[in-house]
Amino acid sequence: MSAAAEATVLITHDVGLHARPSVKFTKLAKTFAADVEIALAANGPWFDAKSIVKVMAAKAPKGTVLHIRASGNGADDAVRALIDLVQRDFDEDADHVRSA
Amino acid sequence: MRIEGVPASAGYAEGPLFDLDRPPAVYAGKATAAEEKTALEAAIGKAVSRLTAMVEAADSDAAGILEFHIAMLEDDALSGPAFAAIASGRTADVAWRQVLDAEIAGYEASDQDYFRARATDLRDIRDQVLRALTEDGGSTAPSGAILCGEDIAPTRFLETDWSHGGGIALKAGSTASHVAMLARSRGVPMVVGLREPPASLAGMALLDAEHGSIVLAPSPAEIGAFRQSSSSFAARQGMAQRFLARPAVTRAGTAVRVQVNIADPSDVDAIDIATCDGVGLMRTEFLFGKTLPDEETQYRAYRKVLDWAGDKPVTIRTVDAGGDKPVPGFTVEEGNPFLGLRGIRLSLARLDIFRVQIRALLRAAPHGNLRVMFPMISMADEYERAAALFAEEQTALVARGIAQKVPPLGIMVEVPSVAIAPEGFAGVAFFSIGSNDLTQYVMAAARDNAAVAHLNSVRHPAVLRLIGSVTAFGRENGIPVSLCGDAGGDPAAIPSLLEAGLRDLSVAPAQLAMAKAAIADVSV
Repeated sequence: MSAAAEATVLITHDVGLHARPSVKFTKLAKTFAADVEIALAANGPWFDAKSIVKVMAAKAPKGTVLHIRASGNGADDAVRALIDLVQRDFDEDADHVRSA
Repeated sequence: MRIEGVPASAGYAEGPLFDLDRPPAVYAGKATAAEEKTALEAAIGKAVSRLTAMVEAADSDAAGILEFHIAMLEDDALSGPAFAAIASGRTADVAWRQVLDAEIAGYEASDQDYFRARATDLRDIRDQVLRALTEDGGSTAPSGAILCGEDIAPTRFLETDWSHGGGIALKAGSTASHVAMLARSRGVPMVVGLREPPASLAGMALLDAEHGSIVLAPSPAEIGAFRQSSSSFAARQGMAQRFLARPAVTRAGTAVRVQVNIADPSDVDAIDIATCDGVGLMRTEFLFGKTLPDEETQYRAYRKVLDWAGDKPVTIRTVDAGGDKPVPGFTVEEGNPFLGLRGIRLSLARLDIFRVQIRALLRAAPHGNLRVMFPMISMADEYERAAALFAEEQTALVARGIAQKVPPLGIMVEVPSVAIAPEGFAGVAFFSIGSNDLTQYVMAAARDNAAVAHLNSVRHPAVLRLIGSVTAFGRENGIPVSLCGDAGGDPAAIPSLLEAGLRDLSVAPAQLAMAKAAIADVSV
């Protein structure tokens, strides 16, 4: 059985989808069987959401509308869980990423 | 020999120099591609297990960085292309370097400081594996050494024992790097951007990371002067901390309100509200990055700061884009942006964007002691139009049954026309003097131009006279006056500001203790 899901979320974390948030994001993505991808625009380019190298390469700063899509088993759950993580600001209090 | 640089983490260090850029040992190639692949796999594994061991001993900031390195090392997106390069005839070290250098180049090409700074992490990841490949564990610096080189890897910082002092002096480097952040939180002195490379990296050196310089092969006189500055810095720091928790009072017993300037709602996470009198300036430009923020995003940002401040006032400045702060899709290209469409002028020209911010502010107002001010006001008509927009949006929110409140509305005093003729603004709720812009407009010296930096002094009599007359006008007319420019946190400027009549300053959070200490030394 296969399914597909897609949604968007605004990154509000103060440094965006960067080092530490990316670690959490890719770790969560890897818990799903579905293929998951992210993009900064509806028409791509799409990056593998399970690869931190690719997610970092997307260079998504705060204020970016992040597009997340998944296909395959549990696609809906994967998209929902990842959107939720972004909306929770990656469960960070962000004090360690304050700039000078 | 003295070399100037940029301070990245304040403090002083005296110790032996240690060269960070000594060439690594040479990798011995293997007979077959299969052996090369095994060697690379083993080296990556070794690097990961070294990092994992370091995570256990690290605090949460450091652990976050190490976990990021581990995740990168474990990603097939790095090892896969390296294995492919080995299959096509490269040795393990060349293959790994080739893949990582391509990634590094991508980060270095970024137009954002944060991503350019990540190139250092990638070089660290590259070198950890190369080090494991050559079995060179990396020699450690002697205790208390000043680490000197092109740049420093975060793991090198974390491996170093800083308990006996020491510091960092870099030719490249960035004040936004992970290492600079760690150095500041641990109090390790660090200077970046040295103007020239040190001629020799042997012997003793003196690192002054308060002003940004390193002295190589110091003379006895230089050592004496350095130790004096160093102990005076330690004494000032220790003393300032004692002032942090107390209300600011001058030597004559005059109370001075000291608030903080913030740029991002998360800034307040690191500040104890008990140590300040509120937020004298919350900038909102940070919300206007790549995309324009919607009403909900802004409302949540304002709420966060209001919730943190409790009963204390929070003064939010409506978006001050333009000038040296361009926002794509909002500001316009201009030949002379500091004299162009910036601050309130731009907001009034783009009502679609301004109204969104006004609605978010109206909705946030019932949740705390909010005050709102407009930047770059030069005529009373601008204030009146902005205030009328608040009234209009309030009516619309009331019609929709949404909770709201019109906060006290004030203005920034930063354009000379307002400072010279404040009588046109007798109806505003408060004045906040923006000393940076007021100074650059009075002195006709752009504040982003180093060639005219010597003209840009808030202590010029012309600037101080304007500050004094605005403060007097406020006192006579019952309009509170504060100051939120950099001068407010500058111990050298504070006596003049208090003498000009100001009793309300807003400073960067890091300057709070030093500002209170400086106030205690003034006799007005």
